[in-house]
Order: sequence, then C-alpha cells, then structure tokens
Amino acid sequence: MYLTTSPIDLAALLREVRASDGALCLFVGVVRNENAGRRTLAIEYEAYGAMAESEMARIADGLSRDFPAVRVRIIHRTGRLEVGEASVAIAAVSPHRADAFAACRAAIDRIKTTVPIWKKEFHPDGTSDWVDPTEGRRS
Amino acid sequence: MRVKVLYFASFRDAAGRDEEVRDLPEGSDVAALWRELAAEVPLFARLPRPAPAAVNREHSPATTVLQPGDEVAFLPPVAGG
Repeated sequence: MYLTTSPIDLAALLREVRASDGALCLFVGVVRNENAGRRTLAIEYEAYGAMAESEMARIADGLSRDFPAVRVRIIHRTGRLEVGEASVAIAAVSPHRADAFAACRAAIDRIKTTVPIWKKEFHPDGTSDWVDPTEGRRS
Repeated sequence: MRVKVLYFASFRDAAGRDEEVRDLPEGSDVAALWRELAAEVPLFARLPRPAPAAVNREHSPATTVLQPGDEVAFLPPVAGG
C-alpha cells in the first residue's frame, strides 16, 4: 500500500526500510504556506485510489530496474493536510549514497508526472482552487 | 455497450458528478467518449485537446477502443507530491 489517510509516520518508515546498507536518503514533501504568491492554509489531496496504487507500484518496479542496488519505500497521504504536514515520503536505501540520492530524486519526479493525485489549495479569504502544475496556474 | 466513467478533482466539479454509467455504440474509442462529454461539460469543450485518459486504471491513448464494462477516467493535470 502506497496511500494513507493517516499522518505519515517517518519513524515507522525508517524502521521499515532498516538502513543497515550504508546510505538512506529520505525525501519528505510538506504542505507549503504559499503558492504563486498566494497564502495557503491547507491542501486537500485527492487520489484515484486504485490507479494511484498501481502507478506507484509501477514506479517502484521501474526504480528497482534502474537502481538495482536500491530499495525504495514510497508513501503518499490523501485528505486534508495543514501547512507543514508531510504529504509524501520516500525512503531510498542503498550501499552507497549516490544511488540513494538518485533513486529518491527519480521517485518524486516520477510521482509528480504519472500518479493520479490532485490537490486543492485553501486560502485565507475562504476561496480554494485545484492546482494545475502544467500551466503554472490553477484550473 | 456500457462503460463506467469516473470524474476527479476539477473535472468532478465541472461535470457535477463523480461517476456514471454511459451507453456507447460498440467500437467507440476514448476520443468518441470525450467528444460526448465535451458536448455536456463546458470546461471539457474549452480544453484545446482531450484530457489524458485512463482505461481500467492504465494510462491509455485516445485511440483506445473501449470494451463493455470498461472503467474510464479522464485525468485533470496531476499534482501529487
């Protein structure tokens, strides 16, 4: 399972990957307090759940082909998150740091491209809108 | 034939529904379904090209021919991470 509606437990994630191999690279995406100059109070993440799970499994498979020495664990949260909360966490474990960094970077880049997850930003003035990264504006 | 259509995020807001079953002529492809929906949903009609589609939870080109019982979703620009 890659999706969760509960707060991401980083300590549990680190225990799960048990980094005795040499290098552990951890990426955590957190809800930012602004976007394109507008303040954000919270973000609601919505997923096409079954497809998001299978796309993240596909990404994990691709990473194990591209970085055979690396083990990767990905978890993405959905639902309403406040500023500063973790929306996604990726742990990449490898004998050497170069592969761990590269796999972690590749994982988040691929997640942002193919996984059907959307986010709605809530602003202090009571408005909200869906983020559209492809046009640098909101749809 | 009947297919299930799912709507997410901004597309759900625009369509005013999160899922429906639609009856399509046999042999319809994803593009044909998009044209039907664009005739009903103004936001879809305004898009310069059909939105990316998933058929049975797999990214699929607009030329994909649909089968009875397929689950089709048109995907707004994804914004995970």
